[in-house]
Amino acid sequence: MSDAQMTTRAKDKSRWERFRESDFFYAFKRSPIALVSFTVVCILVLSAVFAPLIAPTNPFDPASLNLMNGFTAPMEPNAFTQETFLMGTDDQGRDVFSTILYGMRISLFVGVSAVLFAMVLGIILGLIAGYFGGWAETIIMRFADVQLTFPSILVAMLIFGIAKGFTPVEYRDQMAIWVLILAIGLSDWVQFARVVRGATLVEKSKDYVAAARLIGRSPWAIMIKHILPNALSPVLVIATISLALAIIAEATLSFLGVGAPPTQPSLGTLIRIGQGFLFSGEWWILFFPACTLLALALSVNLLGDWLRDALNPRLR
Amino acid sequence: MTTPVLSIRNLSVEIPTRQGIVKPVDGVSYDISEGEILGVVGESGAGKSMAGNAVIGLLNAPAHISGGEIWLNGVRIDPLKGEEMRKLRGKEIGMIFQDPLTSLNPLLTVGDQLAETMLTHLPISRKEAAERAVAALEEVGIPGAAERIDSYPHEFSGGMRQRVVIALALCAEPSLVIADEPTTALDVSVQAQIISLLKRLCRERGTAVMLITHDMGVIAEAADRVAVMYAGRLAELGNVRDVLTQPRHPYTHGLMASTPLASEGQKRLHQIPGAMPRLQHMPNGCAFHPRCPKVQKRCSHDPLPPMAEGRAACWSPLLAEAVE
Amino acid sequence: MLAFIIRRVGQSILVLLIVGLVAFSMFRFVGDPIDNMLGQERTIEDVERLRTQLGLDQPFPVQYFKFLEGAVQGNFGVSYRQGRPVAEILMERAPATLELAAVSGLLAIIAGIALGVFTAIRRNGFAAHTIMAASLVGVSLPTFLIGILLIYLFSVELGWLPSFGRGETVSIGDWWTTGFLTQSGIKALILPAITLGLYQMTLIMRLVRSEMLEVLRQDYIRFARARGLRDRVVNFRHALKNTMVPVVTVIGLQLGSIIAFAIITETVFQWPGVGLLFINAIQFVDIPVMAAYLMLISVMFVGINLIVDILYVFIDPRLRVDRKGGH
Repeated sequence: MSDAQMTTRAKDKSRWERFRESDFFYAFKRSPIALVSFTVVCILVLSAVFAPLIAPTNPFDPASLNLMNGFTAPMEPNAFTQETFLMGTDDQGRDVFSTILYGMRISLFVGVSAVLFAMVLGIILGLIAGYFGGWAETIIMRFADVQLTFPSILVAMLIFGIAKGFTPVEYRDQMAIWVLILAIGLSDWVQFARVVRGATLVEKSKDYVAAARLIGRSPWAIMIKHILPNALSPVLVIATISLALAIIAEATLSFLGVGAPPTQPSLGTLIRIGQGFLFSGEWWILFFPACTLLALALSVNLLGDWLRDALNPRLR
Repeated sequence: MTTPVLSIRNLSVEIPTRQGIVKPVDGVSYDISEGEILGVVGESGAGKSMAGNAVIGLLNAPAHISGGEIWLNGVRIDPLKGEEMRKLRGKEIGMIFQDPLTSLNPLLTVGDQLAETMLTHLPISRKEAAERAVAALEEVGIPGAAERIDSYPHEFSGGMRQRVVIALALCAEPSLVIADEPTTALDVSVQAQIISLLKRLCRERGTAVMLITHDMGVIAEAADRVAVMYAGRLAELGNVRDVLTQPRHPYTHGLMASTPLASEGQKRLHQIPGAMPRLQHMPNGCAFHPRCPKVQKRCSHDPLPPMAEGRAACWSPLLAEAVE
Repeated sequence: MLAFIIRRVGQSILVLLIVGLVAFSMFRFVGDPIDNMLGQERTIEDVERLRTQLGLDQPFPVQYFKFLEGAVQGNFGVSYRQGRPVAEILMERAPATLELAAVSGLLAIIAGIALGVFTAIRRNGFAAHTIMAASLVGVSLPTFLIGILLIYLFSVELGWLPSFGRGETVSIGDWWTTGFLTQSGIKALILPAITLGLYQMTLIMRLVRSEMLEVLRQDYIRFARARGLRDRVVNFRHALKNTMVPVVTVIGLQLGSIIAFAIITETVFQWPGVGLLFINAIQFVDIPVMAAYLMLISVMFVGINLIVDILYVFIDPRLRVDRKGGH
């Protein structure tokens, strides 16, 4: 359906009604994978956002900890205190369920911020490269090519290491989360820049852009008002898939000990801690964070896959 | 009477779709004798290629033969499965596709592709196959065949590639060749050469040819007999001169009138009003009746009259004089 | 063709120069090398002497050139943390990583192509559907979780295979140590190799499958069938060969990633390779080791890419006989 038809027909309809009648929404309703993964993502995101309300304890409040509760198995009363915990406790008596909720908060915060950062950076650089061309384009795209030769997890590690080197020792733990966002964001902008540049090149040659230029609109106004909207759906797809990758990247870095510090543990940090208890039989300290990470990464990934097929089957 | 090389009896092909079963080929019958070229004409979607694919056993699933019989040299081949059918392909039935640019494997030399085909079907040695490959290229008129044998497809022009494709289709000396729009993708200047090459080779070897095309010019040039198809059914079947000069079916007449070659002298080209019905929405009775200038009452519900050689599947066939 | 190779070599050198610049900038500007090398007790003279010795008083381009000169000769300076030449440490660790990467790479390529072809040819079969569904989970599964899962199954529960280290190794020549020659070495290699190879295998499999399905739709495959060629010939000689043209590039890139992803696997299994060294270097901000690792891995990546490009020319005749004109 053409845009013109859409607007005339939609005049007396709200945005929501239009959305409900769209092919996109129809395809969404028809796909069980999309529905399930969307639900899982919603549940996980909401429980992360409202972690302080849901979590039985605040694992970072020393007052709420009781060392006697250490190593309580899930759903079994503790031998000393008789307290039971849904997912057991770790060595320090912290409730695993609560640490997961708080950990997921950090994982999601880092993931979403890193993707937003990469997206903004990629869009700006992509617009510049596509619209202005010339040496700016050469430098940006060459650099992108070189960066693309290296796996992004390696780039993120390097940036993390360098940024850590710049941070004074006493601030390192405090700054770790922000350094992590910077590192993952910088490792992931290339895809966005490429897509936006491609869309810009296509739109730039069209008559309406020439017309806007003739009447003296500023380049940035043209780019943001006219060109960018055309690149939005691929950008959305890449953002979703990038989010899954960013969550995994964050978990990986934290697991390796070059990410979120033990004072602000993300899911990756929790798994790193839990791995130490694998041989001694306290499986739950590892098992539940790992399952949560898996559910989060898998459902975001599936949603991204579905979105890609629904919005643009040719984008691979 | 000798048995024809190919004999199709009441052939139907069905494709199950979400909107129900469609029949791209519906009760088609015709024969092709040794050394004869049968032209199969019709608009795209008329089922002419689908019938060709059914004969060679290359229908893409979920399309399948749902009725009728296919006889090749007196043997019924439509029930043959997998391996038995594969042995017939290339050996007994050769096929030529529309686009020579995409029909050849870009990563193998033309010599390799010829040799592998012959080695699959003929009891010959590798060395013999290599020699015969050169001969096959020579036969289709490729200059310097001995040197070109190790060339890759991309090193040939479009017309030359179609010659290679013909050499490949004929190299195991099949008794039937199905040529599916063999000239459509080629330059006009090359088309006539390819047609006359195909004609010459088949005459020399006595190969029967099913020449599928939408181009009346090609039919006039090459075919001995013509089968006109419309919406999956046979509209008219007969000798090429009769059909071209004295069409009996109103559709054939319209088709002829809309072809520049056959309508020389006419000021304006004729147009058949409307379009061929979609397979999901086939009208009752004769599929052509909504567009037919000579439509009668019975056309919209009665089943078509039985077809035969030199006849049209029509309740009100044109008389010979009407064409004048 | 020669021109093509020369151009590619030129591009590769340019990439290496850029990476070298990044590595050098890290070396020079992240923290103060003097601070890092001298302890708290130092004199102004010490600082000055070291500054001249390290050439830090010279202009930037000269320093960069000297750094490159050193790097080409394998001189990457001294590790802040261990106080030994970085090159020596890397040489010690390299065999472990290379052996692990080689085995996983081989595993990923062989199994990936085999499964990709299988799922493409039998695309409607039950087995193919199962493999595809499993691979979707595999792509979303972080490498370190696979490693932990394998450790849990085969080391903790079953006790069949060791969960860390390289087992017994045998020295070959001056500096190469191999784990291939002892039983414990091979046993120790199994879990890390699977962990490292699994993700790459999944990617290769999915790529081979989608490319092969694309190729199987092509006219020349239909024509090959119409000529009565056997299924085996159509699938392998015709379809697989055409599939490999785009796949080879990606496999090349994947091999590069294997060396990078070895960092994760080496950490999970405490495998004494360069990846583990790199992670430790990041934790302790040991800049010379980081810079050297970066340079080393870039040389590998660029080298692999170059080989892939040249390989490409041998697979695809359309590139080989690039006559005059065109591009």
